[in-house]
Amino acid sequence: MRKEDEKVVIELKGVCKYYRMGDNIVRAVDGASLKINEGDFVAIMGPSGSGKSTMMNLIGSLDVPTKGKIFLDGEDISTFSESDLAQLRGKKIGFIFQSFNLINNLTAKENVMIPMIFQGHDLEDRNFRANKLMQLVQLTDRMHHSPGELSGGQQQRVAIARSLANSPEVILADEPTGNLDTKTGATVMDFLEDLNKKGKTIIMVTHDPDLAKAHADTVYWLKDGKIEKITKKKNGWDKGPRGVLIKPKEKK
Amino acid sequence: MILDFFSLALKNLKHRGIRSWLTLLGIFIGVTAVVSLISLGNGLQMAVASQLGVSANELITVQAGGLSAYGPPGSNVVDSLTQGDVDAIERLSSVENAVRRNIDSGRIEFNDNVIFRYVGSVPNNKEDRDLIYEQLNMEVLLGRFIKEGDSGKVVLGYNFYGKKEDWGGKSITPGKTISINDKNFQVIGITDKVGSMMMDNIVIMNENDMKDLYGFEDKADMIIVEPKNKEKLQKTKEDIEKLLRNRRGVKEGEEDFEVSTPEATLSTVNNIIGGVQIFIAIVAFISVFIGIIGIVNTMTTSVLERKKEIGIMKSVGAKNSHIFFQFFIESSLLGLVGGIVGAIFGTLIGFLGTVGMNNFLGTELTISINFLLIFFTLLGSFLIGGIAGIIPAMQAAKQNPVEALKG
Ligand SMILES: Nc1ncnc2c1ncn2[C@@H]1O[C@H](COP(=O)(O)OP(=O)(O)O)[C@@H](O)[C@H]1O
Ligand SMILES: [Mg+2]
Repeated sequence: MRKEDEKVVIELKGVCKYYRMGDNIVRAVDGASLKINEGDFVAIMGPSGSGKSTMMNLIGSLDVPTKGKIFLDGEDISTFSESDLAQLRGKKIGFIFQSFNLINNLTAKENVMIPMIFQGHDLEDRNFRANKLMQLVQLTDRMHHSPGELSGGQQQRVAIARSLANSPEVILADEPTGNLDTKTGATVMDFLEDLNKKGKTIIMVTHDPDLAKAHADTVYWLKDGKIEKITKKKNGWDKGPRGVLIKPKEKK
Repeated sequence: MILDFFSLALKNLKHRGIRSWLTLLGIFIGVTAVVSLISLGNGLQMAVASQLGVSANELITVQAGGLSAYGPPGSNVVDSLTQGDVDAIERLSSVENAVRRNIDSGRIEFNDNVIFRYVGSVPNNKEDRDLIYEQLNMEVLLGRFIKEGDSGKVVLGYNFYGKKEDWGGKSITPGKTISINDKNFQVIGITDKVGSMMMDNIVIMNENDMKDLYGFEDKADMIIVEPKNKEKLQKTKEDIEKLLRNRRGVKEGEEDFEVSTPEATLSTVNNIIGGVQIFIAIVAFISVFIGIIGIVNTMTTSVLERKKEIGIMKSVGAKNSHIFFQFFIESSLLGLVGGIVGAIFGTLIGFLGTVGMNNFLGTELTISINFLLIFFTLLGSFLIGGIAGIIPAMQAAKQNPVEALKG
């Protein structure tokens, strides 16, 4: 269905992120190269500490690489200033975190409106769009509640709405269901799946192979900061690391 | 966008704990001090001035001893001034007229109530008497003033008429008879309210009556001097001082008398008020300084506590400048809140102080809210909050987003 010459939204070329820990150097990401096309649903898998979150932060321009280059929509973001990066991130990337990361002093709807403030949208626009997004995640009746008054699943749906505030091209979800039970997790995944069908590029970190297989079309396997393997649904998922065969699950 | 930061900051302020508000105490005290001081300042000046009997005329007052805000002028003085001094002063070339006054305390009885009050004399001679009336700056409310040849007659200060409760509920009006040191006097006039404890409670009588009543001969408790040239008040004052030094045999700098001009007295008033103002200004300055430290402290704490929020803001596109302004504005508003509470309390204290002065000192100061003053103190406290917030806001702005998100 998809062609190889589709538009590349994210490209990493030999990206490294090193941290100094006393005398040691931690190679959190160590020479990663990849290309992600518009409309892809990508899963990043790997053991704890393998560099998944670091890679997400680099892709989302929250962090800058020690070495290598990152291209967002074909633009080399290493040439960007700190405030240009913030502007770019606010416009083109939507973050979803394991721990929801909502601001507790604000209502659900206000949380959704925050990213729009930084893009200079006026109150009327923000209201209109936040109402629509709260409707999309089916939380219209709870939009004036504070995050503390919402269940985990509801909070993550607010976070999804927030990630969509400025209509980004890419959604980065770092273990979005990690703090949720299977059933609420599935609801959250349905929303992400839906967004992907509408054309959003989604990059998701997960521990759960079943989740990856059920929703992603490409899985990047990370180990010690390196991409160890890339498996694709269209190739019947190949063999996973340690010889575990991963079978594709039927998408509904 | 700045407006959005104001509304965000307000939302954050609403969620602040008692600890944050306590650190505003400094700003609060400073602003309260400034606002109450300034709104009381004018009233304070008028009150002190009227207590000291300062009026806007251009007469010189001479007294033995020092100028005293308490007790009748010239009382408790060993070496008092005399009629001879009055005559000598009058002979000075720079002096137009010198008038002797006597003041003493008297036991006043009316309607079976007894109260002690000051009794002051007015001269028998019309020209001299007019000078005293000018100096006293009093008007009659009821009846008339003392005239030439009035004997056994008195004019009373306003409170004899206005404060019935002093006299068993009966007002003293012209025509009534009162007893002073067991001698009867007919009341012929009541003076209008002056606003000075001294003047509103005084008994005025002819100097001959006063001499008879107290049995003194030569003593002058006070000499009122009219200079020939009103522009040369200071020169006249120096002439009198020189003359009296000679007559009393004292050296310059060791005078046992005081010659005061209206300016000199006004400057005494201003010195007293200036002292109070400096004291309050120091208190205000120190508390504002403490206030700044308090706000810096609260804001630094909240930057640490809200690290995660900063990370979230940055992850959804906040630039460093956005974060800076958010904390900067929040800090400014924190200062403003301290200022608002302080302005309310300061105005309240100014109000109560004015009411208090009116009640206890008999002044009639009007209470007005100085909106310009309030505007500037609020602006000031807003700016102080902002200044205090600069460093914490910079700390907030430069947080690394990934580290901040870890909280
Ligand atoms: N700020 C940091 N300083 C030092 N080491 C770090 C820092 N952030 C991450 N690391 C290290 O980098 C490696 C990758 O971390 P992370 O990307 O969080 O892994 P994952 O998300 O796959 O669990 C880990 O060994 C972690 O300890
Ligand atoms: Mg992680």
